[in-house]
Amino acid sequence: MLSELMNIVFVGHVDHGKSTLVGRLLADVGALPEGRIEKLKNYCKLNAKPFEYAFLLDALADEQAQGITIDIARCFFKTSKRKYLILDAPGHIEFLKNLVTGAANAEAAFLVIDAEEGIQENTRRHAYMLTLLNIKQLIVLVNKMDLINYSEGRFNEVKNEFSTYLGKIGLLPIVYIPVCAREGENVARKSNLMTWYQGATILEALDKLDKQAADEDKPFRMPIQDIYKFTNENDKRRILAGQVSSGSLQVGDEIIVYPSGKKSTVKTIESFNALLQTSVKAGYSTGLTLHEQIYAKRGEVIVLAKEKQPQTASTLKVTLFWLGLKPLSPGKTYYLKLGTSKTKSVVKEITRVIDTSSLEILETASEVRANQAAECVLSLFMPIVFDTVQASPAMQRFVLVDEYDIAGGGIIQGYIEDKKSRLQEHFKSRNIHWVTGEISSEERAKVLNQTAHLILITGDSSPDLRKKFAIDLEKALFLQGKFPYYIGMANVKHSFENLETFINSPEENFHQFCQLLNILLNTGLIIVATATNLTNEDLAIIKMSTNQNNITAFWLSDKSLPADSEFIYLDSQAPSDKLLLHAQKNLNLTSVAK
Amino acid sequence: MDRLDQLENQSIYILREAYSQIENLAMLWSIGKDSTVLLWLARKAFFGHVPFPLIHIDTSFKIPEMIAYRDKLALEWKLTMIVGQNEAAINAKQTFPDGKIERAECCQALKTKALKDTLSGEGKRYRLSKELGTYVLDHDNTPYTGVIVGIRSDEEGSRSKERYFSPRDKNNTWDIGSQPPEFWNQYKTDFPPGSHVRIHPLLDWTELNIWEYIHREKIPTVSLYYDQGEGKRYRSLGCGPCTNSVCSSAKNPEEIIIELKHGQFANIAERSGRAQDKDIGGLEALRKEGYM
Repeated sequence: MLSELMNIVFVGHVDHGKSTLVGRLLADVGALPEGRIEKLKNYCKLNAKPFEYAFLLDALADEQAQGITIDIARCFFKTSKRKYLILDAPGHIEFLKNLVTGAANAEAAFLVIDAEEGIQENTRRHAYMLTLLNIKQLIVLVNKMDLINYSEGRFNEVKNEFSTYLGKIGLLPIVYIPVCAREGENVARKSNLMTWYQGATILEALDKLDKQAADEDKPFRMPIQDIYKFTNENDKRRILAGQVSSGSLQVGDEIIVYPSGKKSTVKTIESFNALLQTSVKAGYSTGLTLHEQIYAKRGEVIVLAKEKQPQTASTLKVTLFWLGLKPLSPGKTYYLKLGTSKTKSVVKEITRVIDTSSLEILETASEVRANQAAECVLSLFMPIVFDTVQASPAMQRFVLVDEYDIAGGGIIQGYIEDKKSRLQEHFKSRNIHWVTGEISSEERAKVLNQTAHLILITGDSSPDLRKKFAIDLEKALFLQGKFPYYIGMANVKHSFENLETFINSPEENFHQFCQLLNILLNTGLIIVATATNLTNEDLAIIKMSTNQNNITAFWLSDKSLPADSEFIYLDSQAPSDKLLLHAQKNLNLTSVAK
Repeated sequence: MDRLDQLENQSIYILREAYSQIENLAMLWSIGKDSTVLLWLARKAFFGHVPFPLIHIDTSFKIPEMIAYRDKLALEWKLTMIVGQNEAAINAKQTFPDGKIERAECCQALKTKALKDTLSGEGKRYRLSKELGTYVLDHDNTPYTGVIVGIRSDEEGSRSKERYFSPRDKNNTWDIGSQPPEFWNQYKTDFPPGSHVRIHPLLDWTELNIWEYIHREKIPTVSLYYDQGEGKRYRSLGCGPCTNSVCSSAKNPEEIIIELKHGQFANIAERSGRAQDKDIGGLEALRKEGYM
């Protein structure tokens, strides 16, 4: 099938000839536009440079000046079997992040080794990266055979040495091919100079690679990318949009949204300029409408009720590789992105660090530096949804963001149960059993002309001050035409205390408070709630219980805000009118849901 | 899943990521085939709607059919259409067609500078009024922090080195030496204040894919791409004075596909009719400064 396309990456140590090989391959299969080589040869002559096939790919001025590849190049060619997208990755250690960019989505890799120089640091490092990126099809090219007189002995030496290394990291190459890129030996044609080698040429080896099957037979997973409602253009549909990462789904299927556990059934599969669909499978960017209008948001994951369910946890055991200039250090906050979710996380423990070239294990390392791999334990602000290896591969991979930059990536290997994951389990089972009416949150929002919102007021100021401020805020919002409702945690305490013992422990009290906030927010009201000294941990639990994005949490105090606080600071010494104004500036109350 | 499906679904994913993650988003529409495919993909991604404005940089030297086609589709598809241009240079006739400056300088002034100023809001923006059917001065000059552009990696060397989400600094400069990693459908979507991002959903498409998709989806394209009986058509569209037509009798997308696969163009670069690409490294220099 000619419309099939395969992504291939070329990796290996700097100067071992990756770009030259790819350039030669493109030239030999006739994938270059007419006159391209002549144009380049003229250019080289004018600039007194020897012609290099690598210049076909190293298109940047700096790359040609330095004679190295800086960034990956994408190029295309086709054989009689299929089309290829080739990514030529840089071999220089400084550009490992560019290599990852090229290699992460490849279905197979060609690793290039200079026959004369032999195995180098980045030869090993790149092979290790391939295992972390889970690339299973590997072909090793022993290049520059002309420099060693096409010697079979030296070829076998390189082959044996490298096989030992690959054995240690559990990678088994399909084949080792002796080649000479400059002369085109064993690239697109069989070499007459190496008759001792009877195996495939690069071109033949390419066409023998297996196309990876999409994850259609795995359980259905669709991370929600967005929820669309284009009401102002007279479109009444409420569409949950996303790309299916594995499995398949039919109209009428019962779905569960994770981690909240809310249930519904699929009404339609939406599309534009396409025939009506009744099913959708892995790889497709789609949109679903549901029968029961449940509240769902970006970052949550749609799964089928009848299939294997994903995991939910907030303490994760992971294997990761680090690309950041600043090392990964314990205690520092990073954003973890998995699917469409984005969650604050802290490195709780670095179990061990691995040098990806020497495979040396650094048990006592206190941080993970660029180009190292490690096993770590991550602690998340909120539980996330993921899969382990048996289910959906895409739901197992994550990246870490350091400030503004993606600085590492990894695989979730397991999890540790903790208080948050147990609570999440409880909230999920509560939501699964929750029976809702037929009015959606958007319909409520439209009638009330407001989106449900939780305004939390906490801190170490006096309870009376907090109460007064909350009541003032409730009144101010009401006078602006909103529907607010004030509730203090103390009210909850007295409502739910035991009728015989009159006891209600602080833990029970907080739990009841969380449950009540969930119910109140479901009604579409703006809730102004007060409580004493809530922690970041408490805030995370309130978010888990209410499954809300619309939360503004204030810290009212005459002292400064505690370090790493998730709350917005309000100075309790400020005059009450100023305080109100400042609070309202920080409230992002939308009139009608997007 | 065939190749076109694969490309379509990946591009839609990127468009939706951009819409969800980037605050002030716009899409460049050059009226050419690539950015028209991009516009079509946006309609697919958002189920018939295009929830961000489209920007056209009008150098005033565009072929008249392009402008007529732009406004017709904009009204028909209910697009928020914004047009910007370097009025100062055009009025002072400081252009290459007027014989005042070199070609590269002209691209720099009428395209790169006009684009920068339109994005930042420093230049005037004109918005197509859906009621009047004409352009009116747009009073909204909020800077765009993200712009979706329809470049492809097979067009030219420096474009083969691009990212799907490609950050630019305050001066629109492209730092090729240190581009962010992107893998497993995870892109750079966090930015320090003041910077912006170019989004390239068509990076993995080839010229042939574009035409196959236009044919499959029946996407309306400007007539200049087809032979009108004179044995000539445009393969790539730019400004009239700097874009040459090619000899071809292809009258529709289907005939163009055959021509690209087996005909005279099977081995000739698409942008060979675009003068600003002629020097090696010419487009890279322009692009570092903020050109598409």
